[in-house]
Amino acid sequence: MLEVKNLHVQVDDKEILKGMNITVAPGEVHSIMGPNGSGKSTLAQVLAGKETYEVTEGEITFQGKDLLDLEPEERACEGIFLAFQYPVEIPGVANTYLLREALNAKREYREEKPLKHVEFGKLARDKMKALGIDENLLKRSVNAGFSGGEKKRNEIFQMQILEPTLAVLDETDSGLDIDALKIVANGVNSMRDSGRSFIVITHYQRLLNYIVPDFVHVMVDGKIVKSGGKELAQELEEKGYADF
Amino acid sequence: MAIIFDGTRESYVEGLSEFLGSGQEDTPGWVADLRREAISGFGELGFPTLSDEEWRFTNLEALRRGSFSIAEDGISDVSKKTVNSYGFSGLDCLRLVFVNGRFASSLSDAGDAGEGIVVKALSEAIREDGDLVKGHLAKYADYEKDAFISLNTSYFEDGVFVYVPDRTVLEKPVHVLHVSTDEGRPLFINPRNLIIIGQSSDAKVIEHYVSLSQSVYFSNVVTEVVCGEDANLEHYRLEFESRKAFNFSTLRVNQQKNSNITSHSILYGGAIVRNNVHPVLAGEGCNSDIYGLFMSEGRQHMDNFMRVEHASPHCDSRQFYNGVLDGRSKGVFHGRILVHEGAEKTDAKQTNRNLLLSDTAQIDTKPQLEIYNDDVKCTHGATIGQMDEEALFYLCSRGVSMRKAKIIMLRAFTNETLEHMSIDSVKETLENTVMKWFEQRLGNGDGS
Ligand SMILES: Nc1ncnc2c1ncn2[C@@H]1O[C@H](COP(=O)(O)OP(=O)(O)OP(=O)(O)O)[C@@H](O)[C@H]1O
Ligand SMILES: [Mg+2]
Repeated sequence: MLEVKNLHVQVDDKEILKGMNITVAPGEVHSIMGPNGSGKSTLAQVLAGKETYEVTEGEITFQGKDLLDLEPEERACEGIFLAFQYPVEIPGVANTYLLREALNAKREYREEKPLKHVEFGKLARDKMKALGIDENLLKRSVNAGFSGGEKKRNEIFQMQILEPTLAVLDETDSGLDIDALKIVANGVNSMRDSGRSFIVITHYQRLLNYIVPDFVHVMVDGKIVKSGGKELAQELEEKGYADF
Repeated sequence: MAIIFDGTRESYVEGLSEFLGSGQEDTPGWVADLRREAISGFGELGFPTLSDEEWRFTNLEALRRGSFSIAEDGISDVSKKTVNSYGFSGLDCLRLVFVNGRFASSLSDAGDAGEGIVVKALSEAIREDGDLVKGHLAKYADYEKDAFISLNTSYFEDGVFVYVPDRTVLEKPVHVLHVSTDEGRPLFINPRNLIIIGQSSDAKVIEHYVSLSQSVYFSNVVTEVVCGEDANLEHYRLEFESRKAFNFSTLRVNQQKNSNITSHSILYGGAIVRNNVHPVLAGEGCNSDIYGLFMSEGRQHMDNFMRVEHASPHCDSRQFYNGVLDGRSKGVFHGRILVHEGAEKTDAKQTNRNLLLSDTAQIDTKPQLEIYNDDVKCTHGATIGQMDEEALFYLCSRGVSMRKAKIIMLRAFTNETLEHMSIDSVKETLENTVMKWFEQRLGNGDGS
């Protein structure tokens, strides 16, 4: 599904990703862990198409397509979703409005009919209930004045509505209380199927007790330095990154 | 026999006797006296220059060089259909139409305003309600200190007169449509409006300025408002003049005890535009909410001049102005808050936010607080910036195109001011106009 080969990325002449490789097959859940500043969010943002990051070398293929050729909105329509580490506040744009526009853009891309207001309303309310999100959040401006946990839940809510093929969750667990963590994990688990993959970026093994990954990768200084199964996360939790 | 103003100070001063002799013969003596008295202000001041502190960002050289004339009595043929196209869908309102400053009764419908309420052309009110008009006309807008008010007071043709007696609600909004047409020569048009709201009464007035052509003219508007004790007024100024027009307007409000005004100014048309909003919170416990949105492109120049005058204790004022500037256009926001010595517990707030869509657009924003009392709360803030890249990326990452993302962001920005309009159909009409404007700005491509 996703193949990242020898990816080099720089910002302002500073190299951040230094030969990154990762291959994700359909249905798999990969976790990326690593110290602060190692480049995890950079990878996530590059996958979503952020222009400030310059790809100097390497390639990214997504479902057979050259991802680097696509604009951010095309990537989204092709099925990539990024849950931001720091969701952006957009005052004046209602959450529900953004989501309907986003969903309908995706449907239009697939040459499907746009959803009617009522249909969308029902869909949104059902998913919100499951995530324990207050319905008022729909009417409020995107992330504006949301608490840290509300922002993260809102990202997962958007993911559920947009039903991506590959979801990249960048520290979606940080800032969540224990109950919210379970709710978010359930939200992810309920979407797991043989055609959908996840890249879960986290600092804590705790999340991986709920979202059990197929692979765990350790990222240090812009590269994957070790990969393994879920037990690797436990090992990191005990020993830290000193060995790398 | 048009009176020609060739741009010199003398032509505007001396033209008055000819103006008074042609078509003004049947107006009462006190109006003629007022006109004669008022012109001396302009005689002394002339048009402001860049060295005038209040005009330092707005160059009037082109106006000074221009030659203008007063429209003759006969008005251009404007059809009812054309007038209807400037209406607000579904809005049940009273409508007064003026063409090149002259009242067009056949296009107007001020039918049934309600018991004791007067909604008519100012020219009629001067004849029929002389004492009422005389008690207020030119009593607030100072023709001695302001060149444009002086010119308007001397040369005004017509405008709306609204009188709402005490404890009365004017149910229907009053739509005052000023239409300008191409008469083959640049006109000098002076609309004059007078709005008197009695104690504990309510009204909504929409001043709407449109042009059927893209011709050059000089339109110079003065509106005086008296808002009685406990009264509420919502006022709209929708400026959609020709792209070549010089447009100057002054809204001068006198607020009595516990009165509330909400003012909305939309600046859209015009080559050089100056909008003065000047409420005086004269009685205790008044509230003024002043909203504005200006959109400029090409070489348009839009100058927003606020003067909020707190003359009594316990009054609140809010100024909230947003500007969107494209092309090589220029904007000015000059926000003056004046707190008089006796006006303790004043709470005054001013915000001006500007979005630049091009590298060549320019905005000068200048707060000016003049406070003669220690027990007050006055705040101001201004921002100038491009569209938020992080927010655009966030929207695109959800599948929305860059063009659409920009439109969404612009809409959010303009709605910050539009959302305060209480008349939905006006708000919706403006939202649509704003959207069309954005779409033109972004072109047909992806807009990135
Ligand atoms: N726009 C940018 N400009 C300059 N430096 C940047 C930019 N974005 C990222 N960096 C730098 O790149 C490095 C990697 O950042 P990144 O956010 O990818 O780390 P991370 O692994 O996600 O860290 P964390 O665990 O703290 O979230 C950091 O040193 C960061 O300062
Ligand atoms: Mg990060």
